[in-house]
Amino acid sequence: MHTHADLPLAVGLRLPTNGLDYAILAIYFLVVLGIGFAARRSVRTSLDFFLSGRSLPAWVTGLAFVAANLGATEILGMAATGAQYGVAVVHWYWIGAVPAMVFLGLVMMPFYYGSKVRSVPEFLLQRFDRSAHLLSSALFAFAAVLIAGVNLYALSIVVEALLGWPQWVSIVVAGLFVLAYITVGGLSSAIYNEVLQFFVILAALIPLTVLGLKRAGGWDGLSATLTERHGEAFLHAWSGTGIGEANPLGANWLTIVLGLGFVLSFGYWTTNFAEVQRALSARNLSAARRTPLIAAFPKMFIVFLVMIPGLVAAAIVPEIGTSGSDLTYNDAIPLLMRELLPNGVLGIAVTGLLAAFMAGMAANVSSFNTVFTSDIWARYVVRDRDDEYYLRFGRLITAVGVLASIGTAFLAASFSNIMGYLQTLFSFFNVPMFVVFVIGMFWKRASVKSGVWGLAAGTTAAMVNYFVFYRQGVIAIPSEQGANFVSAIVGFVAGAVVMVGVSLFTAPKPAAELAGLVYGTTSPGMTEPPDESDRAWYRRPALLGWGAVVLAVACYLPYSL
Amino acid sequence: MSAPHSEPHSAPGSTPPPAELREEVTRLEAKSATAARLFDIRRIIGGLFTVYGVIVTVAGLLASDAELRKAQGININLWTGLAMLALGLLFLLWMRLRPAQPPAAPPETD
Repeated sequence: MHTHADLPLAVGLRLPTNGLDYAILAIYFLVVLGIGFAARRSVRTSLDFFLSGRSLPAWVTGLAFVAANLGATEILGMAATGAQYGVAVVHWYWIGAVPAMVFLGLVMMPFYYGSKVRSVPEFLLQRFDRSAHLLSSALFAFAAVLIAGVNLYALSIVVEALLGWPQWVSIVVAGLFVLAYITVGGLSSAIYNEVLQFFVILAALIPLTVLGLKRAGGWDGLSATLTERHGEAFLHAWSGTGIGEANPLGANWLTIVLGLGFVLSFGYWTTNFAEVQRALSARNLSAARRTPLIAAFPKMFIVFLVMIPGLVAAAIVPEIGTSGSDLTYNDAIPLLMRELLPNGVLGIAVTGLLAAFMAGMAANVSSFNTVFTSDIWARYVVRDRDDEYYLRFGRLITAVGVLASIGTAFLAASFSNIMGYLQTLFSFFNVPMFVVFVIGMFWKRASVKSGVWGLAAGTTAAMVNYFVFYRQGVIAIPSEQGANFVSAIVGFVAGAVVMVGVSLFTAPKPAAELAGLVYGTTSPGMTEPPDESDRAWYRRPALLGWGAVVLAVACYLPYSL
Repeated sequence: MSAPHSEPHSAPGSTPPPAELREEVTRLEAKSATAARLFDIRRIIGGLFTVYGVIVTVAGLLASDAELRKAQGININLWTGLAMLALGLLFLLWMRLRPAQPPAAPPETD
């Protein structure tokens, strides 16, 4: 059941946009630039530019945290996953996001925020050594540009199909807008635009979901149609996931729980700096801890807004994604937009999609410039200059990063599903990061040298498993998603084994230098008085975190019985 | 990055002590202008959604039969427009009721 849903959308998907829709789009682009220029006056230091001066409120960083992930590749890709695999797409949200976000907020954030590191690699510098730091910084910078390129490429294809703009036009226009508002306004500008994009994309997806359900005869009509065509398992989260059983996802419950739910998801949400950066810009420790917890709630319910359009598309176009149709799975949401939305809401939907593409790209650019400036340039190339120099350099490298991602946009073409492509990358870059983090944070004995070896071993093992064992057919895994899950587990185990092995034969870090970096210790100066308002019961991290977990489990129930 | 006085961490291959990083970030936090000078995003969300709400609501009021048929008989522009308008006004109201506090004062809002 391996499908070849090529990235390009069908040619016949041109939307019937008119002047009203373009007016809505134009207003948005003006506001985006306006935010950038209005944020300019708040940028005085490099800390303002890269981390918003660590001063934003939790609801802003929380919504930015979820929006940074809610790029258009995610939206189109997850709707595609819904159309292809059915209800199983919920795994990416309820087991593949919520537990990791809660773990980040409740367990890891005190070490991240409390140690005052400005980036994820900088934590590795403190906990391990320069080689681990340089390797993770370089890998991250590389991945960030690559993923920004994926976003830009995907944007150009969607815009060409929907609006008829030539690809180079939308690449240049979107690239320049992102370049302008981040170079001028820094992270505050990126985060504010993400918060705005969050609401616009909801305003686009909610009407689409409502009309889609109506079109397919409500949930009952939809599930009757799909059950008849694809069987009961299509509307069931766990059906057919026993080990050795066949299911469209190509993964069993063990690889779903361990590969997706534990390794991939924890790797992405807890060590991907494009996400963690939003929490590090919060105004105090309490707000930083609440950032991923606040994000967990919208994240949990957004799945309905992408899964239902995906299912509706599968119901009303039975041949979608097969050779009998020129529509691919990625067309699910654009198809419904064309079929159902009148001008006006259509303009909102186009705006939301473009906003999501730009925000997805901007999140990567704004984390790339931080890591490149403070972790690579300021540590290893030009050291000990004054802060203004690094602020100027950060602006320059933002421009360079955007131009580089335009160049890498074309790499995205060779994978069959946008999400599959992103997840393949994450399994290579984030998984070993997560191993090194979790062992480094919880095991004092992990030596300074073990970090870099764990990173190298995990990345190599995941790549070998994917490109050699899976791609060359040495081991049989039914689908690309399944292969990603398995590669992630392999990378995790290899990284862990090598770390433990290296630690046993090399010297541990002196206990005095581990304060605030390892579980059971606290940073010496971490005595900032708790904010009075943070004592309100609904702002208690433990309540928010466990509430999210309980709610995610409850969400599973209707699709698991 | 670090203070100009020479520190043992300058030796290649070693790691700067955590204390030095904390001091540097604390120093930058003290000079930061974001808390004092960054505008309130609620104003932008409120403004944009109010404008969008009005535009889309008007489009809903002028909806043709063909548009209604396309949207499954629901006047989706009207409902979406009203909802966006309500959201925009709520953000403006929230900002009016609980304006952002200057950073030094004991804050009671988010």
